[in-house]
Amino acid sequence: MVPIYGKTIDELKSIVNAEGLPSFTATQLAEWLYRHNAETFDEMTNLSKKARGMLAAKYVVGLTKPERVSESADGTKKYLFPIANNRFIEAAYIPDSDRATLCVSSQSGCKMGCLFCMTAKQGFQGNLSAGEILNQLRSIPEYQQVTNIVYMGMGEPLDNLDNVLKSLEILTSKWGMGWSAKRITVSTIGLIPALRQFFEKSNCHLAISLHSPFDQERRMLMPIQNVYPISEVVAELRKYKFSDHHRLSFEYIMFDGLNDTPRHVKELARLLNGLTCRINLIRFHPIPNSPLRTSPDDRIVQFRDALTAKGIYTTIRASRGQDIQAACGLLSTKALQEKRIQ
Amino acid sequence: MKSWNELGYEIQRVISNTVIAPGSYILKFKKNQPFTAGQVLALGVSKDIEPRLYSIASAESDELISILYSERTDGKLTPMLSLLKPGDNIMVSQPFGTFTQVKPSPVFIAAGTGIAPFISMLQSGKARNATLIHGAPYPEYFYFSEYLMNTLGEHYIRCCSRCAPGCLFVGRVTHFIKQWDSLDINKPYYLCGSTEMVVETRDLLISRGVPVNSINAEIYF
Repeated sequence: MVPIYGKTIDELKSIVNAEGLPSFTATQLAEWLYRHNAETFDEMTNLSKKARGMLAAKYVVGLTKPERVSESADGTKKYLFPIANNRFIEAAYIPDSDRATLCVSSQSGCKMGCLFCMTAKQGFQGNLSAGEILNQLRSIPEYQQVTNIVYMGMGEPLDNLDNVLKSLEILTSKWGMGWSAKRITVSTIGLIPALRQFFEKSNCHLAISLHSPFDQERRMLMPIQNVYPISEVVAELRKYKFSDHHRLSFEYIMFDGLNDTPRHVKELARLLNGLTCRINLIRFHPIPNSPLRTSPDDRIVQFRDALTAKGIYTTIRASRGQDIQAACGLLSTKALQEKRIQ
Repeated sequence: MKSWNELGYEIQRVISNTVIAPGSYILKFKKNQPFTAGQVLALGVSKDIEPRLYSIASAESDELISILYSERTDGKLTPMLSLLKPGDNIMVSQPFGTFTQVKPSPVFIAAGTGIAPFISMLQSGKARNATLIHGAPYPEYFYFSEYLMNTLGEHYIRCCSRCAPGCLFVGRVTHFIKQWDSLDINKPYYLCGSTEMVVETRDLLISRGVPVNSINAEIYF
């Protein structure tokens, strides 16, 4: 049985055409799936009984409930979802005073091998379908409370661009969930060819993992620097226009003694000069056997102030969900997958 | 890496596409522009199939570009590449990437076709006093082994994961690193292979005292 949740309107049209159903059935299906939250074809009462039967013979809606939830003392929840082939992914629900952010995964594992990231340690198991990405939103109890979505969970979103773009299309289309693109941020380490395609097809906010403006240091932290250096990523970004409606931000994890010096402030200011952007400073959340340590809080504040003085709007991201391994860079399902395979 | 629309490319003619081990090939075509050993290029056969990045496996001075690849039966591109014959067209991007800066006395650690950038560096004379540790499942997958034995002698170490005990180290590269008595924490280390291999090897080197800033990695993306 093929899951239908996560199909775009064009894909739904192909399905109904193949079944010999009227074209408008695709629009009806989209409404039931993405507006009325139907979980079975039987609930789709404005489809003929024959149409429901034909669809149910080959397809399922395909929603999957989380298998486990962990709750942090700060209210953050980490959801564990099973996916195909004994694999798992995680999503983090992060409530705040007037907003609630959902951090979704785009891949099972990751290929990028960043030194500071727990997901890298499990290697790469596969891409998520658009349905598996959206299911992380649709199948949590707080579905209706989520105000913002960030593609910052497991995986590199632009390494699974087709499915990420499909999920964004469903989220932001009038025929889909009707979200504003301003409520969605996609985070990437900067795969340049995929960035170009992303800008062609999406108006969502973009966040770039920067972590050092210096070639040698960034190469040590992020092997991708050997293929797409940050200077070339920034040169590419300069071709596009950003604003509060289409925001560009840079993620910068603070590592003690490594990337938190005045020299880094100066180079960041030089690298980003003239770009309409902001920098989010993030405390490093230690992972096992890592040689890296987080910068002390007072140095992070000094770093923020120094960047602000250079004219770069800089914020310090609050660490959330660290006690349940839900904070930035801590998501991993390696142990679970190994256990399940045994 | 996504579609060819976002990449500049040229059409090249295949000069040769030779099987060097079961499922492994060396594809050759004319070099139209200079490259630096360690660089990659995107390769494809049609705009309908996503291009993939491959490290160049030939010397900078060679007139031909060599690409070492393994056919992945579940892949889209490599089964097509394996069918290419001399005279067929392929799509080739410009060389790019910065995995090119090699310090003296490097230790290269590669798995499978991850040996390609190191072969290019060695053949280009850019890696003096190098040590190469190569991992493969069976003896026939130690590509370029004759050249490497002649060039590196005892500094060429083969880790064969599915070999019977004999003259090669039996086990993965990571098993070798764990028990390597001659590991020198003052040398620069260069890794190339899958994410799993690179991440595990990097962690092992760090745990054995190699400074993290002495480790440079290229991952198959």
